[in-house]
Amino acid sequence: MAKGDVQLLGAWSSPFTNRVQMALNLKSIDYEFIEVNFYSNKSESLLKANPVHKTIPVLIHDEKPISWTKNGQPILPSDPYDRAIARFWAAYIDEKWFPLLKELGKESGDETKAAIMRKIFEGVGLLEAAFVKCSKGKEFFGGDNVGYVDIVLGCFLGWIKVTESMAGLKLFDETRTPGLAGWAERFVSHNAAKDIVPEPHKLIEFYMMVQAAKASTG
Amino acid sequence: MASDGVKVLGAWASPFALRARIALNIKSVAYDFQEENFLVTKSDLLLKSNPVCKKIPVLIHRDKPICESLIIVQYVDEVWASGPAILPSDPYDRAIARFWATYIDNKWYPCLRAILLPHREEAKKTAALEEFNHELALLDDTFIKCSKGQKFFGGDKIGYLDITFGSFLGWIRVLEKMGNISFIDESKTPNLFKWAQHFSADDAIKDVLPETDKLLENNVHNRRVLECSLLANTIDHM
Repeated sequence: MAKGDVQLLGAWSSPFTNRVQMALNLKSIDYEFIEVNFYSNKSESLLKANPVHKTIPVLIHDEKPISWTKNGQPILPSDPYDRAIARFWAAYIDEKWFPLLKELGKESGDETKAAIMRKIFEGVGLLEAAFVKCSKGKEFFGGDNVGYVDIVLGCFLGWIKVTESMAGLKLFDETRTPGLAGWAERFVSHNAAKDIVPEPHKLIEFYMMVQAAKASTG
Repeated sequence: MASDGVKVLGAWASPFALRARIALNIKSVAYDFQEENFLVTKSDLLLKSNPVCKKIPVLIHRDKPICESLIIVQYVDEVWASGPAILPSDPYDRAIARFWATYIDNKWYPCLRAILLPHREEAKKTAALEEFNHELALLDDTFIKCSKGQKFFGGDKIGYLDITFGSFLGWIRVLEKMGNISFIDESKTPNLFKWAQHFSADDAIKDVLPETDKLLENNVHNRRVLECSLLANTIDHM
């Protein structure tokens, strides 16, 4: 697959962009990465590629379809029930759990923050149980290989570490959630993810810069 | 008991439960339907089958629960692969179908809910209606691209997007009757208007799409139940 066939419009700091990068890496697909500074003017190519949401990531692919059976390992499991479970946990992570971390970042009241933290930890408990069930004793949610849920949760690891350092706590802790703690270490070292998941200190710098930009525009 | 132990936990008025039923109908799969009175109490089976979200619909197949309406539709499509396909075979078309399904659930459906809720301020009501009409116009346009001149979003037969959006038809009709207004209408949304007629008449749909009058009764009752359980001191009486 030639580089020119596949382009990814995205941002290094966006976990959603990171997901697509990981999936392309798993399939050993070459692609051209086009960084979009989505906090300032959105590029014309982005607005043309995604006129509905005007957001990244956007994958642009020429006519030839990528056949998943030919390129690398499958990301979703082959069994329909396992696929349904993978999709369920992906939806839970995106729609219920990660938004809590974003909410925590916005809230200032101690009581509200404590309530959000409780929900975050409850969610972590559910994800630990999900990991045990999905991995079936193996290294990843996808089993021996990185799969769909690994990518969906794993792309947030950078921001999870930012939350941990800003809130002074550990979400994926070796004692309470040994499954997830081990998984997180393995995931960030995996070939599909290791150059993609941004370092927490870079994300913090980025976060400060965005906050400053928002404050100055009032 | 239905063949292969297929059961749907749902509610007759729920568009999300309707999605699961339509998918099974398309595949001609017999199933047991268990009505959940989810506004009052949740059955033990529901709580056991969906302990994370405690919501309907849940599909139970060979004693294994599957939750979330669109996940259920995809599961049904994959398990009963020999029946008519629900998602397109081409990966790009599948991506487009999934994109619009996510859009319907995350952007369009909140607009529908905003209109169903009672509004205290006229300005908010007007804004909600305007947004809703704008979203419908977008979907009318999307229909042209997806259907490629045929009767449904899925082409010549009902597909993923038809199910995702069509499951709300009953409630759209309720809003039209309540507000004495036309949303899916020959002049404003001509493509959706024709599509709605084909959709409602389809064999997989016609016996499960709830009747407008029955939903209207149901909405009045349910709003009273919901409003009575609110602690807020502003209650809109019908």
